[in-house]
Amino acid sequence: MITCSVHSLCGILLPGVIRTPNKGINQQELNASTEVGEGADEWTLSKTLLKPPDQLELTEAELKEEVTRILTANNPHAPQNIVRYSFKERAYKPISFVDQLAIHFSLDGNLLLRDSDEGRRQSARIDLAPVASTVIEVEETEVKEEGSKEDIPAASAEEAAEGEEPPSHSMKEQKLTNQFNFCERASQTFNNPVRERACQMEPPPRATFSATANQWEIYDAYVEELHKLEKSKEKEKQKPLVAKKEDKLRGRKLTSLESQSDDVTKVTKAAKIVERMVNQNTFDDIAQDFKYFEDPADEYRDQEGTLLPLWKFQYDKAKRLAVTAICWNPKYKDLFAVGHGSYDFMKQSRGMLLLYTMKNPSFPEYIFSSESGIMCLDIHNDHPYLLVVGYYDGNVAIYNLKKSHSQPGYKSSAKSGKHTDPVWQVKWQKDDLDNNLNFFSISSDGRIVSWTLVKNELVHSDVIRLSVEGTTLEGPEGLQLQTIGCGTSFDFHKKIDSLFLIGTEEGKIYKCSKSYSSQFLDTFDAHHMAVDAVSWNPYHMKVFISCSSDWTVKIWDHTIKTPMFIFDLNSAVGDVAWAPYSSTIFAAVTTDGKAHVFDLSINKYEAICSQPVVAKKKNKITHVQFNPIYPIIIIGDDRGHVTCLKLSPNLRKMPKEKKGQEIQKGPEVEIAKLDKLLNLVREPANKPAK
Amino acid sequence: FRPCPIATVARRESRSHAGDSSCASLAMAEVEETLKRIQAHKGVIGTIVVNAEGIPIRTTLDNSTTVQYAGLLHQLTMKARSTVRDIDPQNDLTFLRIRSKKHEIMVAPDKEYLLIVIQNPCE
Repeated sequence: MITCSVHSLCGILLPGVIRTPNKGINQQELNASTEVGEGADEWTLSKTLLKPPDQLELTEAELKEEVTRILTANNPHAPQNIVRYSFKERAYKPISFVDQLAIHFSLDGNLLLRDSDEGRRQSARIDLAPVASTVIEVEETEVKEEGSKEDIPAASAEEAAEGEEPPSHSMKEQKLTNQFNFCERASQTFNNPVRERACQMEPPPRATFSATANQWEIYDAYVEELHKLEKSKEKEKQKPLVAKKEDKLRGRKLTSLESQSDDVTKVTKAAKIVERMVNQNTFDDIAQDFKYFEDPADEYRDQEGTLLPLWKFQYDKAKRLAVTAICWNPKYKDLFAVGHGSYDFMKQSRGMLLLYTMKNPSFPEYIFSSESGIMCLDIHNDHPYLLVVGYYDGNVAIYNLKKSHSQPGYKSSAKSGKHTDPVWQVKWQKDDLDNNLNFFSISSDGRIVSWTLVKNELVHSDVIRLSVEGTTLEGPEGLQLQTIGCGTSFDFHKKIDSLFLIGTEEGKIYKCSKSYSSQFLDTFDAHHMAVDAVSWNPYHMKVFISCSSDWTVKIWDHTIKTPMFIFDLNSAVGDVAWAPYSSTIFAAVTTDGKAHVFDLSINKYEAICSQPVVAKKKNKITHVQFNPIYPIIIIGDDRGHVTCLKLSPNLRKMPKEKKGQEIQKGPEVEIAKLDKLLNLVREPANKPAK
Repeated sequence: FRPCPIATVARRESRSHAGDSSCASLAMAEVEETLKRIQAHKGVIGTIVVNAEGIPIRTTLDNSTTVQYAGLLHQLTMKARSTVRDIDPQNDLTFLRIRSKKHEIMVAPDKEYLLIVIQNPCE
């Protein structure tokens, strides 16, 4: 044992923080230190000499005295002068040797030797050790040869070779039983049957929900919200209307119907798309031709072109009806309307109005049927869903494509001033001052009528009554009877709205104005037979074309009484149409099944293309129309078929640009082109007149 | 049930719609006609109408083929549609054409339905 004694000496050099057992000193010195400075750098401060107040005051000499210290292993607390009575000497004698052991700390452990008595007793209680203990005990008996009590029952247990229980029972205090008269009596209480009682609530209804949060799902949600807002706004606006209630009821009915069954009507749009796709596949080569085929032979044929047949449109129910009118839709360039009827006076039956699209050549998009043959039709420029139709029985009607009825929206009747003869042409006009829809019609009864749609009714007003000049007859009572002229076609000027031309059955063309109802501005002795079509040139303001059953097509300048150009086509000309892309190109169709395309800038005397376009010879072509944007024309014949033909490049020639000059485009070029031609023609024509 | 009020529809609808509005039955007749026309078109092998859950509701093919086509094409269409819409949420899938060596499968998805037509274009 090492004991050390420390004697405190004189003044000690103290750094800032001191740790001594003396609490009082601590406090004072801490306070002193705080006075000096902060705790962190106390040690950096200069070491000041601090004296505790109760320090011994010693002289210098005493301070310098050296004191030796010896380290011994003696226990300072052990007594050094223990005496003991010695009986031998009958006196107290000091003990020389004193025990120097000083126990500083003692702790009794709780480990027992397994083989000790206490250990065995404990292990028996735990019942884990018996097997081991039996083994050990067997060893013990062999080794120790002791006849203790525990050995016998252990040996007997060994002989029994049973499980742990008998030795454990025997290890416990044995019951002293009467060897002669002992019976074990025990009773057991009845164990109540255990009944399980549980109560389970119905689990709350659970549904698995999974969704993805994509950008488009978020977009859809926003769009839906927008729709809802709009609808609620509309509903607020229309609250006072009673009609809203009916709509709501109907709406509810429809929604309940829709939720009832797997409605096939929802596939309408998809079915339409698929039908078009299927058709596209079937007519794939035609579609490709339409888009991309340009006849390469045209490079070698300088002055000629060809018409490439594309699709053929026909409808079962319109098979025996002739095509009496065709018109392209101004908005959807692939949609066109076909009117069916009959030109035969003796065979008059029903009529049909069909709308086809080039995207689906096998079935029309819209089908309307009527009791009387349709003779003419026109589609409104601003409202491409409104069609006006003229019938053989003199009526006119307006069809609205947006509505699903198969009947016209508005129809004239005998009361409202229908014509008494077939209506040969109808044309939409600009909306009148009250923004009502307005159209004109011309008929063989000599009247040109302006119809206006006023508050869902057709109101008519006669514009002009045609009369044949110079045929006033003296009637029975001095009445002047005028033979009524029969109008067969008309056309309005593109720019000057009030100016229009009328073609009549007598072969005359009248130039009229909407403002003068009784007089004509001018008369042209155009043809020998009825004028089938008149048409203003789309570019040149003065030029118009006319065709007739007298086999001729004539081009006029409306300021000059004689035609500029005359073309003889060897067969009655059914229809003539200007091309929308050039002022010098036009197409004419004849009853011998041929289509003729003329380009005056290339050939002033002959057609640059004369091609039979219908299969059977007896098939007469009745109408022709150019598509506003695509290089195709559609031709209707009297068998009810509509054929679509593509114009070859030669037929679509634009004026060649000279090298170095800019490519001039626009109507001015076209006008200039035609002017040039006309000047060539005009002068020799004027000369004999002079 | 009442017969359909439109004169153009000669046959009665097999499903009973109490209180049918004329617009709905007319539309249904039109769609039926369109589907018949498609089926009768040259080269068309079969048409299947599948609802939003991928269960075919109308078919002209046999059951096992229909179920197979419906299940597989439904997944493909969903994938195609999500592709198109992920690129531009304002865009949407109009139709899907799968041309194989033997024939062409055309799928036109609608809001809730899917119309599948199998055509052999070369016939």
